[in-house]
Amino acid sequence: MLKLLDGPQTLGRGRIFWSCFLAVLAGALIYPLFADSYDVGNFAYFLIWIFMALGLCLMWGYGGMLSFGQTFFFGIAGYGYGVLAINMGGGTATIAALVLSVVIAMIAAGILGYFMIWGGISGIFFGIVTLSATLVLAFFLGQTAGPEWHIGSARLNGFNGMKGMDPLTVGSFDIEGSALYYVMIALIVIVYIALRMLVNSSVGNVIVATRENPQRAEMLGYDVRKYQLLTFVIGSGLAGLSGALYTSWGQFITPSSIGLPAAAMPIVWVAFSGRNDLTATLVGSFLLLFGFQTITVYSQQAALVLMGVLLLATVMLAPQGFVLGIGKLVVDWWSRRRRRNESPALADAGRLQSDET
Amino acid sequence: MALVDVKGVSKRFGGLTAVSDVDLTVNAGEVHCLIGPNGAGKSTLFKLIVGLYPPTAGSIFFDSVDITTERPYARVQRGMSIKMQAPSVFKELPVRQNIQIALQERLAGAERNAEEDRLLSLLNLADDCGKLAGALSHGQQQWLEIGMALALRPQLLLLDEPTAGMSPEETYKTGELIKSFNAEGMTVLVVEHDMAFVRQVAQRVTVLHLGKIFARGSLEAILEDEQVAEIYLGKTHAH
Repeated sequence: MLKLLDGPQTLGRGRIFWSCFLAVLAGALIYPLFADSYDVGNFAYFLIWIFMALGLCLMWGYGGMLSFGQTFFFGIAGYGYGVLAINMGGGTATIAALVLSVVIAMIAAGILGYFMIWGGISGIFFGIVTLSATLVLAFFLGQTAGPEWHIGSARLNGFNGMKGMDPLTVGSFDIEGSALYYVMIALIVIVYIALRMLVNSSVGNVIVATRENPQRAEMLGYDVRKYQLLTFVIGSGLAGLSGALYTSWGQFITPSSIGLPAAAMPIVWVAFSGRNDLTATLVGSFLLLFGFQTITVYSQQAALVLMGVLLLATVMLAPQGFVLGIGKLVVDWWSRRRRRNESPALADAGRLQSDET
Repeated sequence: MALVDVKGVSKRFGGLTAVSDVDLTVNAGEVHCLIGPNGAGKSTLFKLIVGLYPPTAGSIFFDSVDITTERPYARVQRGMSIKMQAPSVFKELPVRQNIQIALQERLAGAERNAEEDRLLSLLNLADDCGKLAGALSHGQQQWLEIGMALALRPQLLLLDEPTAGMSPEETYKTGELIKSFNAEGMTVLVVEHDMAFVRQVAQRVTVLHLGKIFARGSLEAILEDEQVAEIYLGKTHAH
């Protein structure tokens, strides 16, 4: 099982990488001890979006399916959490609401994915259909302002959004502030490790094979549609997890978190980071979210323009992603350095051998 | 006993009939070569057998089971394997991983590792196993794809111009490789233009011309057929 952590589909490998990973994790764990609660809450907010980015990385980078539908499933699970938490009455039931809302998002992904993949939709059309679904949901929710638009006692509330749901709660303990931050860290570690194991497994082999050459993958006996659907459901489910966590964090959700500007954001994060690698996506998305939030304090428009500029720069200068590109440079430099250090030893060994003969 | 039975199969693309009412039987355990001039419909017939194209008319049986409407992956699971005309490998993945993907359903663990090593050295790719498949030469990509097809241990191996881009030595070695797998019981259907290669491996030959079966029989009988010589081989080659 542990062998799958260091497989061919992930860039960071070996003792040095995992030492760095543990050091960063330790830093993240002790961070709330030194930071004020506002900053910890902000960090927890950035981390909410990481799941969505990792899901898109899996679908797009590993599976070759560019989905514009991350906020579609974010919205389904976000509204799902709200509806369930309000109707189930808060308390520990919010945990069930979180799980169920993610399951609902995955079922929605299964249905949409089935029709797209079995219908032979691929390439740019995959992006167009998922974007269309996203826009339909955003516009639909935008016109639900009237009192007739409710599910049980949960009002959808149109553009003003749904509010009034409880945060995640265990017994009488609300998971907020530092507690929410630690839950996020734990979930990110679990999801990251699980995805690494998935992409380095035999299933992951077929997922990347399908991205590379679906016809050849099928000619090796794989029903590529099933693997594509699995990838789509997992990736979209992670967007759903982001959505449910977002609603529980802010105790509100609006259609603007689903619409076009929001739908483009995960594409920018993952493209800038490097869609072909989970670690690059994790690091790059966090940096971008941090930067975006910092700039938004001064000007939201400037932050959006910067995101657009970054996407353009990525496409023009580093199509494989900036963070991944830098990561590869570091790995190459390290390998060259190690080879250089080993070569004098090899030369000595060779000399010794020739002396003996 | 017929392993593949193609009955009255036609394939039309708009106004073009690429394959017209073809009957073809490939017996279990034989090496059967399909020859014919360019545009004869050989590759189309291959793609019909393996399921990449649905036939416009007719039926295809594999091991007495009607597979006409089955998808390619299901046919592969029944025991078919194909090497396409243009190299079709996973270009952005390392050579070893290409072989691994082909093997992983059949073998696991140390057994799979050993089979990977065996195939890589058999295909002269052991030294390049860490390279990306797209960085290999055209001939090496052909070898790799043959290796991936062989890794499935199919009952029926379909090879569409397996020696294109190979040197005469590599072509000969490919022929010997095919014969060795055939000796172990594998049925092979080959599309090939290289007559020396056909002579090396073929036990039976079918000639396609303008999408129809033009002649069939042993290579000697085919070579003596004046009409075949006229449409395809050129009279000087026939004698």
